[in-house]
Amino acid sequence: MEFSSGLFLNAIIAGLLLGGFYAAVSVGISISFGMLDVVNIAHPGFVILGAYIAYIVNSLFGFDPIVVALALSPLFFLLGMALYRIYYVCFEMRGQDSLRGLAFFFGILFITEVTLILTFGVDYRTVQTIYSDTTWRLGELDFPLRLVVPFAVSMAMLGGLHLLFTRTFFGRAVLAVAQDQLALRLMGVDPIRIKTFAFALSIATAGVAGAFLIVIQPVEPSIGREYIGLAFAVCVLGGLGSLTGTLVGAFVLGLAESFTATFFGPSWAPAVSFGLLLLALAFRPAGLFGR
Amino acid sequence: MKQRMSNRTFAVVAFVVAIALAAVCQLIPNEFFFSAAYTVLLYVILATAWNILGGYTGYVNFGSAAFFAIGAYTTVALYYAVKAPLLVTVPVGMAVAGLAGLGLGYLTLRLRGVFFAIASLALAVVLFTFVVNWDFVGGARGAYVLQPTEVPFGLKNFIHLLFSVQLLMAAGALVVARSIETSTIGRGLAAIRDDELAAEAAGVPTLRLKILSAAISGALMGMAGTTFPYYLSYIEPSSAFSLSYSVNSIAMPLIGGMMSWMGPLIGAVLLGTVQQIVQVTISSAWNLLIVGVLLVLFVTLAPNGIMGWVEAWRQRHRK
Amino acid sequence: MSDEFLLEVKSVTKRFGGFTALDDVDLAVRPGERLGLIGPNGSGKTTLINCVSGTLRNESGSIRFAGEEIGALPAYQRTRRGIARSFQIPRPFTSMSVLENLVVPIEYVAHRALLHAGDTRPEAMAILEKIGLAEKAGTPSNRLSQVELRKLELARAMAAKPKLLISDEAMAGLAGNEVDEVLDILFRLNEAGITIIMIEHIMQAVMRFSQRVVCLDAGKIICEGAPASIVRDPNVQRAYLGA
Repeated sequence: MEFSSGLFLNAIIAGLLLGGFYAAVSVGISISFGMLDVVNIAHPGFVILGAYIAYIVNSLFGFDPIVVALALSPLFFLLGMALYRIYYVCFEMRGQDSLRGLAFFFGILFITEVTLILTFGVDYRTVQTIYSDTTWRLGELDFPLRLVVPFAVSMAMLGGLHLLFTRTFFGRAVLAVAQDQLALRLMGVDPIRIKTFAFALSIATAGVAGAFLIVIQPVEPSIGREYIGLAFAVCVLGGLGSLTGTLVGAFVLGLAESFTATFFGPSWAPAVSFGLLLLALAFRPAGLFGR
Repeated sequence: MKQRMSNRTFAVVAFVVAIALAAVCQLIPNEFFFSAAYTVLLYVILATAWNILGGYTGYVNFGSAAFFAIGAYTTVALYYAVKAPLLVTVPVGMAVAGLAGLGLGYLTLRLRGVFFAIASLALAVVLFTFVVNWDFVGGARGAYVLQPTEVPFGLKNFIHLLFSVQLLMAAGALVVARSIETSTIGRGLAAIRDDELAAEAAGVPTLRLKILSAAISGALMGMAGTTFPYYLSYIEPSSAFSLSYSVNSIAMPLIGGMMSWMGPLIGAVLLGTVQQIVQVTISSAWNLLIVGVLLVLFVTLAPNGIMGWVEAWRQRHRK
Repeated sequence: MSDEFLLEVKSVTKRFGGFTALDDVDLAVRPGERLGLIGPNGSGKTTLINCVSGTLRNESGSIRFAGEEIGALPAYQRTRRGIARSFQIPRPFTSMSVLENLVVPIEYVAHRALLHAGDTRPEAMAILEKIGLAEKAGTPSNRLSQVELRKLELARAMAAKPKLLISDEAMAGLAGNEVDEVLDILFRLNEAGITIIMIEHIMQAVMRFSQRVVCLDAGKIICEGAPASIVRDPNVQRAYLGA
């Protein structure tokens, strides 16, 4: 394969655009694990669920999947609230060891995946949007719109979350709840409500990320598992609980995968994110922007 | 934890029972019994192995399928390389899987349990990708491992042999688990599970024991996989790395009870048998859904499993 | 290398992010000494103990025990070298009975052989008798009262046959006669040659027990000396009562 500057630059562009998507997938983990210390490994299951819901609405009514996902995000929010309630009552309140919490979420992930298999089968599903086949060209550089649009919406979503966490009372309460629940309670704020809200928010982001996913690539129920390592790799690399860190980690991962796929072949790509995760865990558990 | 039987006695009993069962079952006319029993025994080994790191030490492994597949693919690789018999591939497969457990443990057991759990899942994906790209063992197309035409010990056919070998392996796994559980090491692991900080302060070398536990657990899971390529005479990555192994190895100890060697045995026999029935009567996808639902139900409502119910019942009737 | 001190803490600093929990702390304890460590909540007493026992690693400074630099050793090795501590908030092994809780340190410290530790029960029972928990030997440790849990904490530290025993608020919540019971145990341990550091808020216990008292405030040692003089020290009074 010729090493041309065009190939190189396009790998960078694809990596960055993909990184924007990965950030959307991972931000939920950054909130639930980084800030709330809830190991929701079922998170990618909700991303896939979001992808399938967007798929159904798109195939029935033709609406753009991202628009659908944004419109339906309150549903995911409610789902998140319910899930946290169960988690809290069964595990956190009882002070159970984290082993059972982990097993619980793994079970939820598994149930989600199998239910999707039972409903939709294992075939790949895709959507058609008005921009799926369009690519902006700038000289040698390709900007496939199916990557650009999710990237743009993802950046907007992350920007909104950043403002939420830094400028609003709710957002700062979430950061506080991670550090000192008692102080929060003394201020008259119910930490449980804050945590429920934040967790619900993380699930809502999953639903939206699902729409990004199905715009970018075909989806089938089991690919959720590949994103577990990815999301945690991004968050560990970027530093747990830091939104900026999550963004940076996502770009790093996107670039690494893009280069691997371009120069070594796409079948090695899943190993990249997990390999990076293993290395990150072995050497830098605090991440790049550690708290 | 009163010990009624010494570990040596238990080992003798376990193996005698296994051999006796193997002999008696040869008379069963229904061939399906053997492949169903093989699968259930596979889960007995996996669940028992998982529980050493999971129930005894408190660290969740999501990647049991990876260790299982290591055992399976070591058999395949040795078969293609030197036509090695089971007698060779089993210990080698265990050694490789044990090393993987040791390596994974060494990298991640210094950190919180959740990182080990995620890393184990990562390992499964990385190894899967690696195997898919490794043509020597067939890659994505899969590989054929032919059952020998001559069946030793005068058994009727090869699946009978596999069943018997699996019985012995299951007995072995149970002996190892019980020996650990009732030993000083087991008490150290329990201390780590209950409160790692206090265990460390009480003189328990926590990191070393955790890594040891991960290595033993991995080796036994690998052992379960070593006979698998012979089962269907064919192996390919998706089935070897099937999520079913990972989920079941968590669900079965959870349902049976994680505190003792009996829990995974009970959970595997019960859940494994149910799955065999469901798989044949309904479908394998529904089968997996049932496992998932049972896992969630038990972990939220009955976290101590069936053994926990029995314990609670016994406590109440003691008064 | 000095035989004068069993424990030598020199210039130890411990930070948690931007917060300095211990600021250049020096502490020296003689063999056989009874040292009281006092200070308001959050002053760094438990952090200091955590650094000595190995539960935490200090950023700078040195910790020498019996002439050996132990700063790089993991906690379990420090326990095996003779430092035992009880936890301020009891941390029992919840799946085990009271007796089994003691078997762990006996097997891993006192009896050290990994494959066959010998019968540990008589030794464990002896400790339970000393501390007054003998009838609860078979009770699951997650069914103990707060008071019994604190005694178990101390018993577990005793089971490690330490040269230095650090008791972290072992008497919190105990009634008068129970405080006397625990003090009595600590006195007898000291008479048998064990050096004891006592962290306590119950002043009369600290005064009765300690030969020397050290006071910490905001990560710094503000006062050191005989019990009677400490109580009168204005710095100590200010630390406890506020400026």
